[in-house]
Amino acid sequence: MIHRLCTLVVFICLPLGAHAQSAPKVEFNRDIRPILSDKCFQCHGPDSTHRKAKLRLDTDEGAKVIVAGKPAESDLFARITTDDADKRMPPKKSGKTLTKAEIELIRRWIDQGGAFQLHWSFAPPKRPDVPKANGQRKLAGAWPRNPIDAFILARLDQHGVSPSPEADKAMLMRRLYFDLLGLPPSPAQVEAFVKDARPDAYARLVDALLSSPHYGERMAMYWLDLVRYADTVGYHGDQEHHISPYRDYVLKAFNDNMPFDRFTVEQLAGDLLPQPTTDQLIATGYNRLLQTTHEGGAQDKEYLAIYSADRVRNFGAVWMGATIGCAQCHNHRYDPYTQKDFYRIAAFFADIDERGAYKGPDATPTKRPPEIDVLSPLDREEVESVRKRIAGLKADAVEELAAQKKLLAELEKRQRMTMITKAVAPRTIRVLSRGDWLDTKGELVQPGVPQFMKQIARKDRATRLDLAKWLTSPEHPQTARVFVNRLWYLFHGNGLSKSLEDAGSQGEWPTHPELLDWLAIEFVASGWNVKQLVKLLVTSSTYRQDSLESDELRKLDPDNRLYARQSRFRLPAEMIRDQSLVVSGLLVDRVGGRSVRPQQPDGYYAFLNFPKRTYVADKGLDQYRRGVYTHWQRTYLHPMLKAFDAPTREECTAQRPISNTPLAALVLLNDPTFAECSRVFATRILREGGNDEAARIRWAWRQVLSRSPQDREAALVGRLLAQSHKHFAADPAAAAKLVSVGQTPRADGVNVVELAAWTNVARVLFNLDEALTRN
Amino acid sequence: MYNTKLNLTRRAFLGDSSIGFGAAALASMTLAGRASDEQAQPSLARSANNLPHFAPTAKRVIFLYMSGGPSHLELFDHKPALARLHLQPMPESFTRGQPIAQLQNAELKCFAPQFRFRRAGQSGQEISELLPNISRIADDIAIVRSMHTDQINHDPAHTLMNTGTQISGRPSMGSWITYGLGSESDNLPGFIVLTSFGGRNPQPISQRQWAAGFLPGRYQGVPFSSTGDPVHYLSNPPGVSRNLQRDSIDAIRDLNLVQNERSRNPEVETRIAQYEMAFRMQTSVPELMDIANEPRHVKEMYGVSAADGSFGYNCLLARRLAERGVRFIQLYHRDWDTHDSIVNTMRICAGHCDGPSAALVRDLKARGMLDDTLIIWGGEFGRTPMVQFKGSAPGRDHHIRGYSMWLAGGGIKGGVTYGATDELGYRAVENPVHVRDLHATMLHTLGIDHTRLTYRHQGLDMRLTGVEPARVVNQILV
Repeated sequence: MIHRLCTLVVFICLPLGAHAQSAPKVEFNRDIRPILSDKCFQCHGPDSTHRKAKLRLDTDEGAKVIVAGKPAESDLFARITTDDADKRMPPKKSGKTLTKAEIELIRRWIDQGGAFQLHWSFAPPKRPDVPKANGQRKLAGAWPRNPIDAFILARLDQHGVSPSPEADKAMLMRRLYFDLLGLPPSPAQVEAFVKDARPDAYARLVDALLSSPHYGERMAMYWLDLVRYADTVGYHGDQEHHISPYRDYVLKAFNDNMPFDRFTVEQLAGDLLPQPTTDQLIATGYNRLLQTTHEGGAQDKEYLAIYSADRVRNFGAVWMGATIGCAQCHNHRYDPYTQKDFYRIAAFFADIDERGAYKGPDATPTKRPPEIDVLSPLDREEVESVRKRIAGLKADAVEELAAQKKLLAELEKRQRMTMITKAVAPRTIRVLSRGDWLDTKGELVQPGVPQFMKQIARKDRATRLDLAKWLTSPEHPQTARVFVNRLWYLFHGNGLSKSLEDAGSQGEWPTHPELLDWLAIEFVASGWNVKQLVKLLVTSSTYRQDSLESDELRKLDPDNRLYARQSRFRLPAEMIRDQSLVVSGLLVDRVGGRSVRPQQPDGYYAFLNFPKRTYVADKGLDQYRRGVYTHWQRTYLHPMLKAFDAPTREECTAQRPISNTPLAALVLLNDPTFAECSRVFATRILREGGNDEAARIRWAWRQVLSRSPQDREAALVGRLLAQSHKHFAADPAAAAKLVSVGQTPRADGVNVVELAAWTNVARVLFNLDEALTRN
Repeated sequence: MYNTKLNLTRRAFLGDSSIGFGAAALASMTLAGRASDEQAQPSLARSANNLPHFAPTAKRVIFLYMSGGPSHLELFDHKPALARLHLQPMPESFTRGQPIAQLQNAELKCFAPQFRFRRAGQSGQEISELLPNISRIADDIAIVRSMHTDQINHDPAHTLMNTGTQISGRPSMGSWITYGLGSESDNLPGFIVLTSFGGRNPQPISQRQWAAGFLPGRYQGVPFSSTGDPVHYLSNPPGVSRNLQRDSIDAIRDLNLVQNERSRNPEVETRIAQYEMAFRMQTSVPELMDIANEPRHVKEMYGVSAADGSFGYNCLLARRLAERGVRFIQLYHRDWDTHDSIVNTMRICAGHCDGPSAALVRDLKARGMLDDTLIIWGGEFGRTPMVQFKGSAPGRDHHIRGYSMWLAGGGIKGGVTYGATDELGYRAVENPVHVRDLHATMLHTLGIDHTRLTYRHQGLDMRLTGVEPARVVNQILV
């Protein structure tokens, strides 16, 4: 383990272009800043109030304890190497120590001149040269395909590692479907793609998926984690609040390929745009997504302070990858955000019309004005198309007219309430000493961005609109990088900097900083074109590699930070649900809509109150909607989603953990929703899978795993089928029970014992590791 | 039961260390397949290697969480002076500038203690007449009369009590402890939560209170329910027998192994182990929940006859969980929020909780388990010395500057009262104990230095007790 880590550290530290033999150049940001940040900044960092000996080491002010080129004469080096325990840094009571390797790096850095740099995410990205491909090497396929590959390859070349071959077409297609749509392909789709010999077959597939309405659902899944979208208020009684049209807005924005700068502006400040459209108002629901309370005895002022801090934390995390929340009570210890910066950002949001402690009654849904009653952007599209159809009908098309009018009336019923942002006279915001809301003596502040960054040029009070525009100005050092890094994570399982939530000093130095900058600059230059960026990422050879790891690679790069292969990871919760629904044929294809309630265990809400809650699962087709539409109860998230690591969305989640627990196994084995999918899938197997057992096994396997079974696999399934058949033949009553799970009517003319046996087979297929893994 | 032809080593099955839901469960946490194991592992390995930091006096914790804010003034903190000022104005010197909950804008008047206090045990601790059974274990418990907290509303105060901060998203104490020490159970999670029914209008309680926060998901508290499936989806689908479930899990395993010959993904071995654990839980959990075989005198002591979801039933389960090696057992009783009708409500609550709490201590003691089981009894805050007129009869509002809890077993000195509030029971004035001091003390009994149980999150070495100073309350330790 330790050996493996060392190997990794050494070669990640190898800079681009260096030969392994020569002494590599030490770079402050990449090599030294992380050490100083972790071990020294607490007392010698950006926070002036806790600074010791008036020394800061996060900027070139630190040069005063360094003699360039002469470690032996540098105070810094003397203090970290002295044997005098009283003088040795870091001091013992800090609990921190420098390792020998770290001291040696610092020595070499001083030796090479000891130059400081601004932290990478605080300086605007610079367009790097795209590395030239190394002509010496012969690579299979078309490496590099695009500039991403050139950057990746340059690093691989340094380590003498070759990229992996391209994944086989079926696996690649399955990967692409999950990554772009969150759904598996059908076997027919796989077959068509495998047979498509046109040179641009893959690019065509990418284009097709990017135009699918399901793309928006997949992207929304991630965005909703970031902005902490949920259907309930979160605190205490955790009542429902009205917000689902916002989800439709997000979905549609991704599907319409709304430029990311506009997407940003509309959410933060759509209400401040001239004559805002309904959709722009719906977008401002973003500012209302935080947790709120109407617990009896909650103080208005206290909760306004809590909401204010919540917004700063989320805003910083979503757009800047910044942990500004740390500066609520004191200056940030590692990054140059001051406590005053925290409250200056809070002041941007001080005009939002809201209460601290909302008044009861204890009803759900609760009221969180201002709210508007709207058709969501997606519903409105449908309504308008029906209206158009009606207008175009000839007068004698009586029946058709009646049908369309009925449809229209149905669609119009979809109108629902949604919280929006309304600007009112801004509340005064002052710096709260140690975050204490009772403090009334702190300095009053005006809206402003962190003082070490480029300022908004405005004489009068800056607004949320100014803030949003500042974020999306081309030279902003964080917005594009942070977004691009997160997209990389979606398609590779890791960010280029893996600390997706923290691009600051304590975050991880990117493995490929030039690539990150190049992508960020391309993204901005494209007009913040998200689909174009996605296409760039998924058409690269880097993306298209196999995910298998060789022994050599496993040793050399166990965490796949060089990208000599694709990553593999367990699917997110929603996709696991969606897959079973698609394969069984139960999935409802409609995009957008209100939140829905799938089956969940009885009594799960027993410990909610104000008011008491009884969960009533939706009936009919709403039972079979994608996971992204599941009612998100913050304090009692649906147990299936919870078991597969979906977050409660109380705070920003940039990266979901991936656990592997018995609770998840119990969901897949026993949750009635999966049991129902299994039996409906079994019906399909019997009807569509051919006439003999072998054909059916093969057919079923392909539906779930997008490939054909090996003989051994087919034999194991056959054995299970026989066991299951024997069990149910001996106990037909048990068979009848199993094939009646859920609300779907049992198919006529199907042998119950046979159906039950295949249901059990289907259940096992849904539980396979391969079915749950994006390869 | 486990098929050894599988070739899974014991190490693969149990994980690298005795961690968690654990260790035996071998729940592995990754952020990108195996790719990011590193992120979770270093601290974890460090903890596992260095823990305990010193000899523990307790192996496990049972936290009897009296949710809603039990009134210290009616239970453990006798204030005759308050009776003398009954319904007279509360001296402003106590309340000026202090946060107030439902009594905002109300006239603040004193409210006499509503129950008598009696000396109990050899130690002569003063305990309310509402708690005759706890009075009988007076010599086993240490009463802390000087608790204080920072949050005056239930939800944030619960979050503070459980996670050390009111901000959502931090790990709960049970998660910290199972992260640090793992579980000793092969077929149960290391951190289990039981919430009782019963009472007038029980407070809601969020799953945030037992969440793992930024710690790996396997350290989250697992709620066991006394109605329906004790654990979600514990029962097979209808019509699937235990034998068929076994055959099915074997098929999943065999098919996973075939595939893994090619993909060689260590996550697959973990998943196989998880399915085995799930299968074992399908037997071990119902067996755990079934108290039919408990002797009659034991059931009588706890005041239960069946699996009724009462606090008594949950206390009995707590003992059974402790016997099975579960590390952190948390019981919630949610009805202590006595804004109105305090006399009546306290009678109801004490009636539910007094007997079973004492029974648990006595039962563990009789089995020789009290010595290594730390019991903590109390809630998120106390009640105001001031009266609140609400509903049909008066009560008390939320109060954070001083309140009471008690601890027993696992290295706690019995028969002592520690700390004191002022003469009206408003502010902890003698030896105040903040929530984080309670956390530090709890961790200390488990052999953990609270400053050294850390986890790297957003670049910071986070800990349960946070950045403010916290102290171990040595005076109540043996």
